[in-house]
Amino acid sequence: LLSSLIWFIAVKASDPRDERLQKGLLIFGVMFSVLLQEAFRFLYYKLLRKAIEGLVALSEDGCSPISIQQMAYVAGVGFGLMSGAFSMINLLADALGPGTVGIHGDSQLYFLTSAFMTMVLIFLHTFWGILFFHGCEHQRWWEIMAVVVMHLAVSGSSFCNPLYVGSLVPSYLLMAAAAAWAYLVSGGSAQNLRRFLLCK
Amino acid sequence: GSCQGNSVERKIYIPLNKTAPCVRLLNAPPQIGCQSSISGDTGVIHVVEKEEDLQWVLADGPDPPYMILLDGNLFNRRVLLQLKGTSRVSGLAVAMAKPNPPQGFSPGLKCPNDGFGVYSKDYGPEFAHCNTTVWNPMGTELSYEDFDFPIFLLEDANETQVIKQCYLDHNVPRDGSRPEYPLCAMQLFSHMHAVTSTVTCMRRSSLQSTFSINPEIVCDPLLDYNVWSTLQPINSSGKVEPEKEVIMVATRIDSHSFFWNIAPGAESAVSSFVTHLAVAEALHKASDVHLLHRNIMFTFFQGETFDYIGSSRMVYDMEKDKFPLRLDNIHSFVELNQVALRNDSVLWMHTDPVSRMNESVDVQVQELLSTLSSSSTGASVTLQEAGFSQPLPPSSFQRFLRARHIPGVVLADHRTAFQNRYYQSMYDTPENIGMQYPEGLSPEETLEYVTDTAKALAELGTVVARALYRLAGGASSVDAIQADPRTVTRMLYGFLIKMNNSWFQSIIKPDLKGILGDDVPQHYVAVSSPVNTTYLVQYVLANLTGTVVNLTKEECQNPEKTPNSEKELYDYAWVQGSLGPNSTARTPFCVRSTVHLSKALSPAFELRQWSSTEYSTWTESRWKDIRARIFLVASRELEMITLVVGIVILILSLLATYFINAKADVLFSLPRDPAAVSY
Repeated sequence: LLSSLIWFIAVKASDPRDERLQKGLLIFGVMFSVLLQEAFRFLYYKLLRKAIEGLVALSEDGCSPISIQQMAYVAGVGFGLMSGAFSMINLLADALGPGTVGIHGDSQLYFLTSAFMTMVLIFLHTFWGILFFHGCEHQRWWEIMAVVVMHLAVSGSSFCNPLYVGSLVPSYLLMAAAAAWAYLVSGGSAQNLRRFLLCK
Repeated sequence: GSCQGNSVERKIYIPLNKTAPCVRLLNAPPQIGCQSSISGDTGVIHVVEKEEDLQWVLADGPDPPYMILLDGNLFNRRVLLQLKGTSRVSGLAVAMAKPNPPQGFSPGLKCPNDGFGVYSKDYGPEFAHCNTTVWNPMGTELSYEDFDFPIFLLEDANETQVIKQCYLDHNVPRDGSRPEYPLCAMQLFSHMHAVTSTVTCMRRSSLQSTFSINPEIVCDPLLDYNVWSTLQPINSSGKVEPEKEVIMVATRIDSHSFFWNIAPGAESAVSSFVTHLAVAEALHKASDVHLLHRNIMFTFFQGETFDYIGSSRMVYDMEKDKFPLRLDNIHSFVELNQVALRNDSVLWMHTDPVSRMNESVDVQVQELLSTLSSSSTGASVTLQEAGFSQPLPPSSFQRFLRARHIPGVVLADHRTAFQNRYYQSMYDTPENIGMQYPEGLSPEETLEYVTDTAKALAELGTVVARALYRLAGGASSVDAIQADPRTVTRMLYGFLIKMNNSWFQSIIKPDLKGILGDDVPQHYVAVSSPVNTTYLVQYVLANLTGTVVNLTKEECQNPEKTPNSEKELYDYAWVQGSLGPNSTARTPFCVRSTVHLSKALSPAFELRQWSSTEYSTWTESRWKDIRARIFLVASRELEMITLVVGIVILILSLLATYFINAKADVLFSLPRDPAAVSY
């Protein structure tokens, strides 16, 4: 698991994110990078399918030691961590100085909201990984399209909204929806959830 | 809404671009100037526009340390010493007072260059240490204090307004209560590497350069070049015979202020050297220059503000035979000090009473004085003697007197104290010498417009030039010798308002056109040489006193290969020339002149006597980073909340992961697919 996680991170680190600074091109760049990330997710899925066949061939009892769902989860976490790191590093470097955001009128809570936004993005990537792989596995193209649309929506909203707090709420709602969907897809159900919570 | 791509740094900081720092200068014992910590000094901004505002900073304010935005009119010794004594101040930004403070302002010494002139306990003790006359009574000696916090000058009024607006939005205490976070703060970076004194920092630098592969030099001596030229050409690499007599004319070309590289020096330097340049031009118009039996040397000394760096070096070179002339060759000395603020057009002639007690010297001085007076008849300038009760004001002539009792006179517009109320300050601007231009002129028209100041200086130049002609033995009529007010006004414009004008552009070498900036010209001696002022004085002098010769570019730039060029006597320069009528190409040409540069580094550094009391030992510290910026600071509470929230979320997520993992079989039921994998 650990080695596949490292491998995903290494490949993800080479993902070319377009960092164009002009306003119009920035929007285009973000949308393009979203589509590129989803394309890479698809390529990883394809790669992992091949990897599973290889692992099955190598294993003693004809069963792969890692399930496709585990791979989906790990892929999602990997994507999430990298996206989180990329978006936070630049913020953290500037946060080290003596000043805080606000002199041009932005909210003082900029760093807090950025942190929460990053957290929600990491979660979302994890759930999207699961949904995406499930969709590819069972040929349900509408699941894949839903993931891509959700990704575009979240990126677009967080990017265009100057009032950062306002874009947090829809993102969290979307995250809850994606979490529920991914849970159901991975074999959970409402009864399992109740049993888990009551056992506590 | 509009999609703004903005870097986080731009959301946090507003950099202040047009500022000037106060840097550290070192001398044999004391260090002067300001110092900041290595990662800058930060403080909450407080605007001080009247004395009462200081109380908030010194006692009442609840969020020290404070960074003060000081109004220029409060930038005086009393306020600064109060700020120096407290630990609640982390820095100071001064907004330049517009217009100039009417009561005057001078951060210089009351007795400039004391101890390095000619008067000491062995020579004229009653005149030493300004016992008779305090030359600069307005001097607060602020430039010579040592501050341990950074002090910056805000040159741009717009930036000052931005800071004040930030202060009004966030920092103003409402009804005496504590202002709420976030507060507007400022950070100043001006960390200086040198400490203690010249001796210490030079010793450290020399140790570094001797033993280290990558030497870390901490300070540099102040140095530049003197510009000199002679009326009749002399062999600059040889020696002049002792019988040949030379009259020296001298002025200083540098100034200083509290802040680094801010030194407009209108009255203290520019007025005198512009007049001197006009005198040189006027003398070259005389027809029988080559027949005069005494030569005239025009010398422009750099670094005089810092204990006579340029003149002490020239005297040293003359004594040690490293200069074509020796002290014996000097027949007499005429110096032009501050000359633009004449009261009722009276110009005072200062002489040294101590050397005049010697009969022979006195006779020659009297001759000098009478020649000067007679040349002023008919002109609107009245020359009067300052008298025996007055010593010489601070002047380069004092260094020559230290070596030999040469008869000489120093011309100035003051008899006792300076007329200049802004001596060695940032307010010694063209307004100080009364330069006024009518509204609505284009830069070209402003360059050519002849101000009253220019006319007055040109009159003075004519008088001095005619006197020098007579002193040099000239016998014919002096009517041709006239200083041109049009040249004077162009020089005043170029050296005080804008260096980047069409005349300066046409007289410099093509590869030097980068030195003509669009900012206000400053005349600080600095440590990298030659500075713009030195170059420009050199080229203006070459243009005014030299001749255009018909040489090609290669011949002009390599005169040793050209036959008949007499390279030892002359200096050849290939200059840009003016723009053609359609303003596209320039027509360069070759100028032959007798203008030379001589090194102006204090002999103390040549002799490695860093604690010398004989020669100037001023050095300037080195630094890496000088900048300023403003931003908002958050309260401690918000910082703590952010940290605690983060830690709590971390712990929660770890717990959740552990529990989900432990109860995974409860949460996730296995799918009934036979091809499923098991774990």
